[in-house]
Amino acid sequence: MTDLHLKSIAQLSADLADGQYSSEELTRYFLERIGRLDASLNSVVTVAEEQALAAARVADQRIQAGNAGPLTGIPILHKDIFCTQGVKTACGSRMLDNFISPYDATVVTRLKDAGVVMLGKTNMDEFAMGSSNETSFYGPVKNPWDRERVPGGSSGGSAAAVAARLAVAATGTDTGGSIRQPAALCGITGLKPTYGRVSRYGMIAFASSLDQAGPMTRSAEDAAYLLAAMAGFDERDSTSVYRPVDDYVAQLDQDVRGMKIGVVREFFEEGLNSGMRAAMEAAMDKLRELGAELVDLSLPNSHHSVAAYYVVAPAECSSNLSRFDGVRFGHRCDNPVDLEDLYKRSRAEGFGSEVKRRIMIGAYALSAGYYDAYYLKAQQVRQVIADDFREAFGKVDVLLGPASPETAFRLGEKADDPVSMYLSDIYTIAVNLAGLPALSMPAPLVDGLPAGLQLIGNYFEEGRILNLAHRLQLASDWHLQMPEGY
Amino acid sequence: MSLDAEEVEKIAHLARIAVTSDEVDALKGELSGILGLVERMSELDTSDILPMAHPLDMPQRLRPDVVTEEDHRDAYQAVAPAVENGLYLVPRVIE
Repeated sequence: MTDLHLKSIAQLSADLADGQYSSEELTRYFLERIGRLDASLNSVVTVAEEQALAAARVADQRIQAGNAGPLTGIPILHKDIFCTQGVKTACGSRMLDNFISPYDATVVTRLKDAGVVMLGKTNMDEFAMGSSNETSFYGPVKNPWDRERVPGGSSGGSAAAVAARLAVAATGTDTGGSIRQPAALCGITGLKPTYGRVSRYGMIAFASSLDQAGPMTRSAEDAAYLLAAMAGFDERDSTSVYRPVDDYVAQLDQDVRGMKIGVVREFFEEGLNSGMRAAMEAAMDKLRELGAELVDLSLPNSHHSVAAYYVVAPAECSSNLSRFDGVRFGHRCDNPVDLEDLYKRSRAEGFGSEVKRRIMIGAYALSAGYYDAYYLKAQQVRQVIADDFREAFGKVDVLLGPASPETAFRLGEKADDPVSMYLSDIYTIAVNLAGLPALSMPAPLVDGLPAGLQLIGNYFEEGRILNLAHRLQLASDWHLQMPEGY
Repeated sequence: MSLDAEEVEKIAHLARIAVTSDEVDALKGELSGILGLVERMSELDTSDILPMAHPLDMPQRLRPDVVTEEDHRDAYQAVAPAVENGLYLVPRVIE
C-alpha cells in the first residue's frame, strides 16, 4: 500500500472493487498524510477523522454488497464554505468559528450519497473573499511548490491540499476565479461549472448571481467523476437549473480533431509575463498536434470585467452577509447595550478587514442616490461582457487563455493593496459575470512554479472542456508534475 | 472618487459595522481606491443596454403548494447565541 496518493479515481475505484485494500485503509492512508504533511501548509482547518472512518466502513459495506459507484470509498476534502452536518463550518471567519452546521449542503449530500468519504474541511479566504488565502481567520495557506508563496484563493486550502496529494480531490467554489486561480497557482485541475449547474444550497453565500461550486482535482478525468455526482437540479436552490446532466465521463475520450478554439487576444496583452506566455504557447502547440484548430479571437470589453465585478459582487455580498447579525447564529459581542450595538459590534468583531471593505463598498453602491451610477451601470457592463462571449461562441467551440497573469506571488506581496490583489483575477472574472463554465489545468512549469491554462466553454458545455482537457492530459504530463517533499 | 471620514462613517452605519477612528482613516483610502477601480466602467457607453441581473434567462419553476420541510427549530436554535422557550433573545427593544 504505497503511492496510493498518486492514483486516479478510476484506479482507486478499481482497486477497491478488487479488494486490494479497503476504503478504511485508503482513508487512514490520507489521514496519515494530512497529519504528517499539513503542518507545513495549513490547508486543512478541520480533520473529521471519526466521521471519515465511519463513512469509509459504510463504503466498504457497499463495495462488498456490489452496489458501489465510481466514487464510493474515495476520500476527499470539502472547502469550509459547505455546510457539513455536525462538523464545524467556519468559512474562514471568526464570525462562524463557533458554528457547527445543523444540516448538509446539497453538494455534500450528493457526494455522500455517491459514497465519498469526507476527510475534513479546507482553509479558505474569509467568506471566499480573497485571491491569496491570506484573509482567513485561520491563517494563510502555503503553496506546496514554494512555501513562501500563496496558493491563490479563495479555494487556496483545497488547491494546496490536492497539489500536495493530501486527498484524492477537493471541492471548491468560484465567484470570480476562486477555483481556477488557486488551481492554476498550485498546478491542479479546477472546474467552475455553468451558473446553476451545481446547487448552491448550504454553500455559504457570497455573491448569489456569481457563486458556483466545482471540483478541484489532479486531472480532468477525476473532475468529470466528481462533477457527475455534484451536478443536477435541486428543489432547494431556486437558481438551480432543471435540465438533465450530461455524461461527462463518457464524453472524455471524444475526438477533438477539428475542434475550434478561440485564443482570447486580450488575455495575451501587456500584463502577461513572458514565462507564462511561453507556457501557454507550449500548450497551444500540443492542442494543434491533437488536431484542434486555433484561431485568434477578441473579447473587446473583457477589460471592464474587474470594475463591474467589484460592484456586483460587493453589492450581493453586503446583502447576503446581513444575515450575520449576532442573533441567530455565529459570533455575538459581549454585553451589548442595545440591538444596534449588538449588530455593529458583533459584525465588527466577527468580520475581518477584507470582508468589511466589500460589505461597505456594496452598501455604498446600493445606497440611495448611487444605485444607477454603480449597480445598474455594472449590470449593463455585465450584459456587454456576456454579449462578447455569445458572439465568440458563434464562431468557436472553446475559448483559451491563461487563468492567471502570473505564477504564485509571495505571501504578503499584495496583502496591503486590495486593488492590486483584485487584478490577479483579471482573466477569470468575465466568465463568472457571463455565467459560463471554465476550467484551469496545468501547463508547463514556469521557473519551477505551476502555470494554469484556462479553457472556457459555452453554457452547459462542461463535458466539452473536460474532453479537451483530458485529451491534452493524455498527450502530456504537465498534470503529473508534483511539488517536492510531498 | 474620494471619500471623507463622514462618508465612511455613514457607510459603516449602513453596513452595521462599528468602526474606530483609526479604521475610518484607513478605510477612506482603501474604499476610495476600490471606487477608483470601479469607476473605470464609466468609459463604456451603455446607454441602450439592458441590465443583466442574472446569468441565466429562465423562468422560475413552480411547485405544488405543499409542506415539504419538517420542523428543525430545536436543531437550528442549538447554534444560536441566546434562546429561551424557542425564542431568540436580544437586548430589550421596547421600554
